[in-house]
Amino acid sequence: MNRLLLIGLLLIVAIAAPFFVYPVLLMTVLCFVIFASSFNLLLGYAGLLCFGHAMFFGTAAYITGYVLKTTPISIEIAILGGALFSAAIGYGVALVSVRRSGIQFAMITLAISQFIYFVLLQSEFTGGEDGMQRIPRNDLFGVIDVADNNAYYYVVLAFAVAAVALVYRIVHSPYGEVLKAIRDNEPRVESLGFRPERYKVLAITLSAGLAGLGGALKATVFQFATLTDVSWTVSGEVILMTLMGGLGTLVGPMVGAGLVIWMNDELSQFGEWSLIAQGAILLLVIIFFRRGVVGEVQNLVRLVRSR
Amino acid sequence: MFEHLSIQLIMGQLLIGLINGSFYAMLSLGLAIIFGLMNVVNFAHGAQYMLGAFAAWFLLTTFGVSYWGALVIAPIMVAIFGLIMERLILRPIQHLDHLYSLLATYAAVLIIEGLMRQQFGSSGMPYAPPLRGGVNLGFMFLPWYRLWVVLFSLLVCIGTWMLIERTKLGAYLRAATEKPDIVEAFGINVPRMISLTYAFGVGLAGLSGVLAAPIYQVSPSMGSNLMIVIFAVVVIGGMGSIVGAVLTGYLIGVVEGLTKVFYPEAANLVIFVIMIIVLVLRPNGLTSGRGTST
Amino acid sequence: MNSDANAAPLLQVKDLRAWYNESQALHGMNFDVRPGELVTLIGRNGAGKSTTLRSIMGIVRKRTGSICYEDEELIGKRTFQIARKGIAYCPEERAIFSLLNVGENLTLPPVLRQGGVPDSELLKQFPNLRERRKSRGTLLSGGEQQMLAIARILRTGSQFLLLDEPSEGLAPVVVKEIGQLILRLKAQGYTILLVEQNLQFARLVADRHIVIEHGAVVDTLSAEELVSDMGRVKNYLGV
Repeated sequence: MNRLLLIGLLLIVAIAAPFFVYPVLLMTVLCFVIFASSFNLLLGYAGLLCFGHAMFFGTAAYITGYVLKTTPISIEIAILGGALFSAAIGYGVALVSVRRSGIQFAMITLAISQFIYFVLLQSEFTGGEDGMQRIPRNDLFGVIDVADNNAYYYVVLAFAVAAVALVYRIVHSPYGEVLKAIRDNEPRVESLGFRPERYKVLAITLSAGLAGLGGALKATVFQFATLTDVSWTVSGEVILMTLMGGLGTLVGPMVGAGLVIWMNDELSQFGEWSLIAQGAILLLVIIFFRRGVVGEVQNLVRLVRSR
Repeated sequence: MFEHLSIQLIMGQLLIGLINGSFYAMLSLGLAIIFGLMNVVNFAHGAQYMLGAFAAWFLLTTFGVSYWGALVIAPIMVAIFGLIMERLILRPIQHLDHLYSLLATYAAVLIIEGLMRQQFGSSGMPYAPPLRGGVNLGFMFLPWYRLWVVLFSLLVCIGTWMLIERTKLGAYLRAATEKPDIVEAFGINVPRMISLTYAFGVGLAGLSGVLAAPIYQVSPSMGSNLMIVIFAVVVIGGMGSIVGAVLTGYLIGVVEGLTKVFYPEAANLVIFVIMIIVLVLRPNGLTSGRGTST
Repeated sequence: MNSDANAAPLLQVKDLRAWYNESQALHGMNFDVRPGELVTLIGRNGAGKSTTLRSIMGIVRKRTGSICYEDEELIGKRTFQIARKGIAYCPEERAIFSLLNVGENLTLPPVLRQGGVPDSELLKQFPNLRERRKSRGTLLSGGEQQMLAIARILRTGSQFLLLDEPSEGLAPVVVKEIGQLILRLKAQGYTILLVEQNLQFARLVADRHIVIEHGAVVDTLSAEELVSDMGRVKNYLGV
């Protein structure tokens, strides 16, 4: 009951938010909430550190942008198409990397993301260094005009809610239980007759698709796509969001995404300090607060209750 | 279709490839040593390489220390920096999953590169080569400095290999790579050995940085893209395998150089393509690699 | 040299508890070892025998209680510091390094104090190690590996040896050889704490047997009692 109340309250806040806060900022946060949740699905629940997660985010941004620029296809289909494309890349990445150890998986995904970065840099359709400009927001379902940011906010919100609900469903399904078991003790799961690789491949594919959804939405929010979205700095940012918010908690990545976007926004005028701060916070989180904000709060609540 | 090819072009690119390969080899060597003993993937390796180049530049511009002086002093400075890093950020998390040390060194990169950019800006600084001129080989002109880089890095790699394979110190390192607990139970101060090994690997990165300063521009981001290439090299060569890392480093450099001749558009990509091919052919990795055996 | 029942203990373990991560492996061990004595720890698989040795060495780090060696507390010290007090450890899996050749394996442990057996003497005592100095350590037979594992710790000069199941997985002939080696070491004045499952082997060499169950000492038998009261021991071991 308590939980439902909380979700309801959050939804009301989310719906009312654009009346108080600049909607583009809110939409940015929502895109990164999806992105961070997808990353968390992989690291937090499957124990897989994908160090090149931006490749799914950024590629989908370009694909969706390209579809919107060149075809009259309605916006929601273009977005889903981008996400699907990223899921396909994720499937490919998973096939070649999933059998390597965790630390190698991280290095390999980083290297593959750099590969994709160069491919996109050299492809004609992406606009190279200049990025892809003037991506139109085609009508939603082919009829509803969403050019206005206040209107479009609700589209993004709907996608975000759906994405988070999906992650919740995945994590709490029997499949999610197996995934967590693999994270904790893979040989044991294997000895029980499961094939961990299949579970991991699916997790990577799903996570890539969701990351793609975040990227595709971001391209439609800003109406441009750039190489930054595929770069390792963004891959690092999503790691920070997830760890800072709370790894392996549903709410953690949301909190983390909000905090990092807010921090970037505040520090944007101070040049390099924004990245330096990100590094310092990540370091502090790793050394002292591995539970992240949400995890530490939960722990505190638990402590108080047990008194 | 290749009528534009000339021996000059091919040899020139081969030389560039060999030089890049020298850096790949030295950097992946340090990475492999650190990984072998500590299971730490040192993301900061590229940033430490950059610090080596900066240290050389700083020593020259501030104290007038020549290149040859910097070749000795700068790696030591970077190694000391490595010692501090090991104490402050790696030791507190050494008992955790090794993904955390990867992330912690990544965080260190953000801080180091950010501070350097804040201080020195993003643009590159020139560093004059200590050896001028070169020799005309008939089919190409070979600058002395580039020859020096190739030979010196080869010397460093072979020297390091000898140190590890042929000395008592190296025997401690190899043993601790396999079973650190047992080596410590013999009365050897393994924690200190870990610190010093990390510092040594980091010092190698610093040394590469000094070598690189006269060839590439000295800039805060000179190490970050290189880092990812090195990761690919290490994955191809087999994690923690010292010989594999060095050979792969040179090989990849040369292949990259040749790709520039025959198919320049793919020069950036070829390393990653090779990595993916290796992954497809050997999805489980090299089972005989150092550090992967138990 | 025979042990003196009245001598002050060399090693005194009191209420030792140890943990692997969250699971507790030792639940309050109490025993001592006197200078020159050869004591075995016997008990079933998983009773905590190896853990006891690993706790003494500090390889298992999470531990409470007291481990006193020559009146110095070992808990809180790091493994290499404990080794430098003069305790040598030969682990169950023998821990021959595959990346080192036999010679390197043999000379790996540093000389920590006076009284260490010099390399030339070691090679004289273990002639087949000399022949195979250049081959990879792990290419030796099981018996040779065990010999090597024991031989190399003699180099350090430590006078207190912790040996974990030296007879395990070896042919009877080789077990006998190992037994002779251990008796020779005892005669030379080493104090030895031996983990052993092989009762026949333990009976031949030890002065005293400490029986461990569920991470605690449940009984102590003298060498004579082990022979005269075999039923009691077999009961513990469930054989």
